[in-house]
Amino acid sequence: MKKGFFFYFQFGITSLTCVFLIAPVFYTVGIALMKNAFQGFKSGLTLEWLAKVLSLYGDTIVRGLLIALGTLFICILAGIPAAYALVKSGKSRFVSGLEEALVLPLTVPGLSIGLGILLTWGGNDWFRKSSFFIMAGHAVFCLPFMVRSVAAILRTIPLSLYEEAAATLGAGFFRRFFQIVTPAAAPGILAGALQVLALSLGEFNITWMLQTPFTRTLPVGLADSYASMRLEIGSAYTLIFLVLIVPLLVLAQKLPSLMAKVLGPKR
Amino acid sequence: MARRSFLAISLMPALIVFLAFFLLPMAKLIPISLSSPLGWKIYFSVLSNPRYLQSLRDTAILSAAVTLAALALGGMSGIFLERARFKGREVMIAALTLPLSFPGVVVGFMVILWGGRLGLLGTITNALFGHKLVFAYSTAGLFVGYLYFSIPRVVLTVMAAAGKLEKAREEAARTLGSGPFKALKDVTLPALWPSFFSTGAICLATSMGAFGTAFTLATDINVLPIVIYTEYTLLANLGVASALSLILGLITWLILWTVRVISGLEPEGTGV
Repeated sequence: MKKGFFFYFQFGITSLTCVFLIAPVFYTVGIALMKNAFQGFKSGLTLEWLAKVLSLYGDTIVRGLLIALGTLFICILAGIPAAYALVKSGKSRFVSGLEEALVLPLTVPGLSIGLGILLTWGGNDWFRKSSFFIMAGHAVFCLPFMVRSVAAILRTIPLSLYEEAAATLGAGFFRRFFQIVTPAAAPGILAGALQVLALSLGEFNITWMLQTPFTRTLPVGLADSYASMRLEIGSAYTLIFLVLIVPLLVLAQKLPSLMAKVLGPKR
Repeated sequence: MARRSFLAISLMPALIVFLAFFLLPMAKLIPISLSSPLGWKIYFSVLSNPRYLQSLRDTAILSAAVTLAALALGGMSGIFLERARFKGREVMIAALTLPLSFPGVVVGFMVILWGGRLGLLGTITNALFGHKLVFAYSTAGLFVGYLYFSIPRVVLTVMAAAGKLEKAREEAARTLGSGPFKALKDVTLPALWPSFFSTGAICLATSMGAFGTAFTLATDINVLPIVIYTEYTLLANLGVASALSLILGLITWLILWTVRVISGLEPEGTGV
């Protein structure tokens, strides 16, 4: 097919948009490894900045990862049963109202939620100073993604049929839940888990209201480094953040085709 | 019935998280917003105060402008990448969707890398015209940042919607003699209008609630989330901070609720 003027016009606009989004990402990787950003690559390469970030902000990276794992734990514990109950309850007004309610935290700015949590629970000194305070904010924000992801999978399979078959063979509720529902929902759980980890690692707006100097997370540290450190430090820190988060995103994107390959053509 | 109670128990943990850390906190903002001597009149006073009104207006104008620009750039890129087949297409899709889950602070940093003192654009204009263009800390920087996090959202939605369209209709138009531009304008775009509307509304709500980007850039234009933050931390003005939080939350919720009802498009969080 001959590619006309219009094709190249669209191609041009799309390329410029790509450059706009991706050029600073490469630039940040470059600066993170340069000895001196002002002089550019001529100044030579170094890992010094990355090491400096680890010594300055290492705690935020560890804490961010721990909070993400804790958030995931809460989301699995609360999200999978909730998704199951929502799918099983069918289409009543109560259920659709409940689903509507559960996504509410995604429709309100994180700053408002953070302020509310702070004013409601901030009086409890132990809770306020612990990382659980931040985890609570992350859980309420991430939970809808897990519920949505698991419910979407459960809606595509004849769940009642499987369960009835198991029940006739004498399987009780818990046995059915752990041996039929959970394995059937596995792709959805995995997809939800990747989303939850990525969201929790990058969450800033709620976290900023809830953090204390002792519970800084990765994005909180990033904001601090952007405001008060050299460009090289900010870049090196951003590079570390990207290294943590990009694999999660890529995996999440590849998941459907990966699953299809693993599970074979039957599904 | 046993089945009922199992379902109720299954919902319990999620409900506890939701009630304790969303509903209760949001409800708590109401009495706190009313706790000043003004009582409920604080809403009237906030909405007639020039500073807050200016901020609300600036935030709305900025968000609307960003949404239009994002729809133009992201919409064109999305349709093009869904339709055209060429080498490097996959890479372009990856590049356009990668920033989707960057936190707002990182988006702010990307703007600094474009338009800060050592920014890419400054380096280019310095080489070309001997003048360093620095825009990161102005309204333009805010616009660029909001555009940065809006484009990936538009691209994804438009690509998904364009993928579901029947290609046959467009091809029929082409066979009947329409040029590629006319086929796009008369056939594809009208069919994509609903998805443009929904993704635009989501961009609008996301931009209005965005905090991290503006926080990093610390510009002179006070968007509403920054005003809320300042009222709370610097001025310890709990009543106003709570009232503004509720107003902003109500606006973004209304926008996203409308989208959900009309098109069924799910919110992806306003966490930028």
